[in-house]
Amino acid sequence: MLKQVEGSAAVAEAIALCRPQVICAYPISPQTHIVEALGRRVDAGELTPCEFVNVESEFAAMSVAIGASATGARAYTATASQGLLFMAEAVYNAAGLGLPIVMTVANRAIGAPINIWNDHTDALSQRDCGWLQLFAEDNQEALDLHIQAFRLAEELSLPVMVCMDGFILTHAYERVDMPTQAQVDSYLPPYEPRQVLDPADPVSIGAMVGPEAFMEVRYLAHAKQQQALELIPAWADEFRRVFGRPSGGLVREYRTSDADVIVVALGSVLGTIKDTVDEMRDQGHKIGVLGITCFRPWPSVAVRNALQRAQRVVVLEQSLAVGMGGIVGNNVSASFSGSPERVHTVIAGLGGRSITRGSLHRVFGQALTDSLEPLTFLDLDRALVDRVLERERVQRRSGPIAEGILKDLGVVAAKIG
Amino acid sequence: MFQIRIHGRGGQGVVTAAELLSVAAFREDRHSQAFPSFGSERTGAPVVAFCRIDDRPIRLREPILAPDALIIQDPTLLHQVDVFGGLRPDGYILINTARTFEDLGLAEFAQKFTAAHLCTVPATEIAMRHVGRPLPNASLLGGFAALTGRVSLESVAAAIGEKFPPKVAAGNVAAATEAYEFVQREMKKEAAGAEAG
Repeated sequence: MLKQVEGSAAVAEAIALCRPQVICAYPISPQTHIVEALGRRVDAGELTPCEFVNVESEFAAMSVAIGASATGARAYTATASQGLLFMAEAVYNAAGLGLPIVMTVANRAIGAPINIWNDHTDALSQRDCGWLQLFAEDNQEALDLHIQAFRLAEELSLPVMVCMDGFILTHAYERVDMPTQAQVDSYLPPYEPRQVLDPADPVSIGAMVGPEAFMEVRYLAHAKQQQALELIPAWADEFRRVFGRPSGGLVREYRTSDADVIVVALGSVLGTIKDTVDEMRDQGHKIGVLGITCFRPWPSVAVRNALQRAQRVVVLEQSLAVGMGGIVGNNVSASFSGSPERVHTVIAGLGGRSITRGSLHRVFGQALTDSLEPLTFLDLDRALVDRVLERERVQRRSGPIAEGILKDLGVVAAKIG
Repeated sequence: MFQIRIHGRGGQGVVTAAELLSVAAFREDRHSQAFPSFGSERTGAPVVAFCRIDDRPIRLREPILAPDALIIQDPTLLHQVDVFGGLRPDGYILINTARTFEDLGLAEFAQKFTAAHLCTVPATEIAMRHVGRPLPNASLLGGFAALTGRVSLESVAAAIGEKFPPKVAAGNVAAATEAYEFVQREMKKEAAGAEAG
């Protein structure tokens, strides 16, 4: 059924259709609307049997999800930003224990300085934790990926993070096609756990493992993620059969077949990139896009195949490995069969900085004319940076950077973009 | 694609206005997208919300920098925020005020635009009459429907009915309808003036 709703409302409805039995969360922007909507459904008795657990922190949220999942319940939570960092220890545990929890991460920057706006730093900080990480391009895909996530998680006995851009998707009203309960039920069978805490058949979960077997347990985690690389496309195909639309999968190519330059990105910025690429195609430039839907496991073969004919690759990412450069860029480089200096990283949209077609035209144009630096910060206000550096050069007690830079900038409340 | 930018202050229903407009367009089988400017939402602080309407799926996520229409919910923003920034020469402007463009000191500015695309409407006063609170958003959407013809008053009313409980919805629909009729009368006056002039 077609609906015009907020992204958070769409995801909440999709989660409800997945029949979760335990939902626990601690509120943090921009994921709050999702769990609020689910809380109302549980409260109204529309979602039974399901328990909504209010917890005192994100650490507790993930701990409750772990406990619930270990007893055989389908468990869901959501978080963002510092909330994800606060639960990090339990996030690793959920993966290590092989518990199929599904979590929405409404992607948001990480402080300090505090910033509530969108980028991918939060999810990417947990890229090595053992969870699958899927990135949604729009709200339709966000809701679809949640349905696929439960299926994937339970089949593999691994937790899945569905990443959707905070505010840009969570707070955007757009058209979605909401599936029926019957469709979801036919795609997602009841949860049949591989391990369960059952008083009638007691086991312990979470044993200490020493040097004699820890390596093997970790290897199995890696092997399972490799297995996911085969299952994800298969279940995306099945999703298409049941729901009648393509969604999910490992990567998605757009106008790449004859492209000299291919832009690689994750998440909702792919829409703006595709519009820009269409405009550049109209001008005769051979440029295409590779969207990464599945970031973990890293779809190395799919990325290599998609990029094999490209002369240049531009990785546009909303994250920064401070002291190194691009995180996605580094992953792409490892999968690119061409020369590594032909992979360019563009750091963009940190902390909610708008990524506009105008700026994308400029940077993609540089790639087409071989004048793009290996690492670029899109729309960086260099003069603002230089003022801070100069202040620090001349003055020992130069003060806090964030406050100083805001003072230099003046009032920004009036800015539209 | 038709792009609308709505300026107002925190507490005036700016974000809701963009959402309602997107629902109204959806009800006419159009694709639409509404999103706020995600500031730290404080009552009284300048707020911007955006709405795009198109016949095909909308992929673009950048803020609306070159709008086809502007709805200004609070005329005190005129001298604080660059509300007119990027407006297309044939763009529409709807301002919530009982005053005229001339009264607002915008006579010279207005000459750069199509006269029939500019209008003011006392949306807050209309809202006070029908809703009992200074929430001009629904009235302005009624005015927008009349000024631009991009959505019908019926779709705006249906969107309001979808969003609010019946009693609140009824007041807002009445406000939207009065503003719609007000703007229609203003446009007729403008057209008559243009013909005479």
